[in-house]
Amino acid sequence: MRLAVLSFALLAAAPAAAQDRPVLTVYAGDYIASEWGPGPRIEEGFEAFCDCDLQFVTGDILPRILMEGERTRADIVFGLNTDVTARARDSGLFAPHGQDTSDLSLPIDWTDDIFLPYNWGETAFVYDETRLENPPASFDELLDAPDDLKLVIQDPRASISGLALLLWVKAVYGDQAPQAWEKLAPKVLTVTKGWSESYGMFTDGEADMVLSYTTSPAYHIAAEDDLTKKAAIFPEGHYFMAELAAQVKGSDQPELAQQFMDWILTPDFQKTIPLANWSMPAKLPRDDWPQVMRDLPRPDKTLFYDETEAEALRQPALDEWLHAFTR
Amino acid sequence: MAARLHALRSGLAGPAVAAGLAALILSTLAAVAWQAQGLSGLGPWDWRAVRFTIWQAALSGLLSAVLAIPVARALARRRFVGRAALVTLLGAPFILPVIVAVMGLIAVFGRNGAINDALRAAGLPEFIIYGWQGVILAHVFFNLPLSVRLILQGWQAIPAERFRLAESLGFGPRDVARHLERPMLRAVLPGVWLAVFLVCLTSFAVALTLGGGPSATTVELAIYQAFRFDFDLGRAATLGLVQIGLCVAAMVLARWISIPAAFGAGLDADHRPRAPGGWRIGTDILAIGLAALFLLWPILAVTAQGLPRLPSLPPDVWRATLRSVIMALISAGLALAMCLTLALSIARGRAGWIEAAGMLPIVASPLVLGTGLFILLRGWFSPDALALPVTVAINAIMALPFGLRALIPAAQSLGDDYGRLADSLDLRGLARLRLLILPRLARPLGFAGGLAAALAMGDLGVITLFATNSPTLPLKLYQLMESYRMADASACAVLLMAISFALFWLFDRGGRLA
Repeated sequence: MRLAVLSFALLAAAPAAAQDRPVLTVYAGDYIASEWGPGPRIEEGFEAFCDCDLQFVTGDILPRILMEGERTRADIVFGLNTDVTARARDSGLFAPHGQDTSDLSLPIDWTDDIFLPYNWGETAFVYDETRLENPPASFDELLDAPDDLKLVIQDPRASISGLALLLWVKAVYGDQAPQAWEKLAPKVLTVTKGWSESYGMFTDGEADMVLSYTTSPAYHIAAEDDLTKKAAIFPEGHYFMAELAAQVKGSDQPELAQQFMDWILTPDFQKTIPLANWSMPAKLPRDDWPQVMRDLPRPDKTLFYDETEAEALRQPALDEWLHAFTR
Repeated sequence: MAARLHALRSGLAGPAVAAGLAALILSTLAAVAWQAQGLSGLGPWDWRAVRFTIWQAALSGLLSAVLAIPVARALARRRFVGRAALVTLLGAPFILPVIVAVMGLIAVFGRNGAINDALRAAGLPEFIIYGWQGVILAHVFFNLPLSVRLILQGWQAIPAERFRLAESLGFGPRDVARHLERPMLRAVLPGVWLAVFLVCLTSFAVALTLGGGPSATTVELAIYQAFRFDFDLGRAATLGLVQIGLCVAAMVLARWISIPAAFGAGLDADHRPRAPGGWRIGTDILAIGLAALFLLWPILAVTAQGLPRLPSLPPDVWRATLRSVIMALISAGLALAMCLTLALSIARGRAGWIEAAGMLPIVASPLVLGTGLFILLRGWFSPDALALPVTVAINAIMALPFGLRALIPAAQSLGDDYGRLADSLDLRGLARLRLLILPRLARPLGFAGGLAAALAMGDLGVITLFATNSPTLPLKLYQLMESYRMADASACAVLLMAISFALFWLFDRGGRLA
């Protein structure tokens, strides 16, 4: 019997809300709320002044919120990516964030009034300088590199970073993208379902370069004192990605949700981003960034498609990609 | 009259479970289609995915079944120190969480793996694992153990008296093969091929990672894409239907090929077939040795990588471990109850639809199943409260096909061999279960329970869709990887592997000692 009670307790859902405090429900991507992501610090920081109980619900947020529609319990959706906001916006589930986005620390202008970026980064190929002595210095050089240079990338049909690579190649090469992919395909060792499988293969020494982010080396430097991992910076430019938050229109805690949105761009929140989320803060003076982030090499040119362009390009770019690999 | 009524009543359990299963799988599919307001058509890439899926699953099934024959035969007719342990250990790859298996295979066969290091040192060309050959290699790695176990059970089901008779008639190994082994294989192999075919039908992460690129796209990946980016539930439902159609077609084919062996009952004498001497000793040693090397090396490689970091895993991982173990045990209990009910019902010679319903879960895409349940239940329960119970239930259902493969032949021969005697003794109900069914089916039941527990332990499945604040161990593994902690992730993989295997061993040994 005791075992039954114990197992029930373990299988029971999220911890019961603290009595008499309003609950702010935040739908977040899976890693965010884990103890190694920014979630715990965000929860602690917000609860310090909101007199509420912030509860994360983690999982595949976009499909879930679209399925729940008007009936969703979410007050905030946290961790959507820039390339998939079109679907989210069309659902009409979200309310404006009401923030001034004119002076963000982003390499692009941000005019979206629904989705608010809380971090950003750029796609990049990461390598280990002890294993790759002459990394390509430009995208063209990468395409022309010998075919024994092995990359591991992510599938654009299953992962956000894979989709970003698709758009990156499109932004750099435009109509020449099919030819670019044809040159790149023989160097692609394999295509994985998600970023983590790829990155694991890279750290195990299976691949020479991995599709990741310009900020990836910061983790190795700050957490492992390992200075050998570098992002190859290309003069053709790198593709911009941000993670976004939005408040749900039908929230039963509109004041709390607004309070949370107001807090996102404050230094108090932004300071937790670099070393917990391993990405750049969306609004923080450079002097307040951790040293490791300030020292990271940055591309001179940032490429970005807004959601309408990205949505229009996705299927044709995907067809080009598939053709290049299935010849 | 009363007895007939009783028989009717007890005969309803199987069809009821089967109907429940069929209803669950078809209604979730219907719910997804309904949400999408219809089914969408498929594009040319989707059809390519369908073709690749069928091709790799059929070939993987064929190779796994054929390669398992010499290994199972060697294990059936030889006795050596550590044989029992080896039989259990050989089951390991099948229950490995996908991500762990891929890590292990890459550690051995990858560019930097031991094999290519040796080839390079010898100045030979490298073996490239990434491509269709990698997909097949991984699927054989996963499924060879299952095939060996199922065929071995077939060998052990031939009564010892038949082998003694063969000996007294002076049969050589060739005659034994012709009169005893081939009829048995004819009965067992189609089922083995079917089981592997169905497992590979819904493979997704393995096929993608080792397939080397998008030409290795399976239907399951197309379903994932439909959910993830397009939120095109109509396409997901169509693809789900395609998978079910393939499953039914494969089942019909396997039934058509399979012929029951009908060896009749024996006295359970502990007499194994006399093992032939001469060059066959060498080939048996080779078969067992190669299989053990192929199946255990990647597991050892993963262990060596992760073991040193094991003590430094954070406490939260241990909490998730306890949660996962409890869920796995409940899943296994549920799966066994359903499995036994269905197998006994099928053994009583009921319609083939019951067996079909028992095999369906394997091809029901977890994504379609989870989403459908979500749609069906969202008006009644909070998804957060549902996440773990639904995961437990779905894991139990997903393990059914494997349990059934092991149980159906055993239950059928039980009915054929002892059914009449038990009926004439009026042995019914619980007494029949206790005195006849459980003791005679202990081995396959233990095996089925072990598979169910281990598969539930390693499954990531539907839980991500329902979202939860109580992560399971596989989810923790992913969270570690997502936050760059690859070394901790490999320690977590070792932990997950060890616990999955311990669960399997407990049930499996328990069944054999019962």
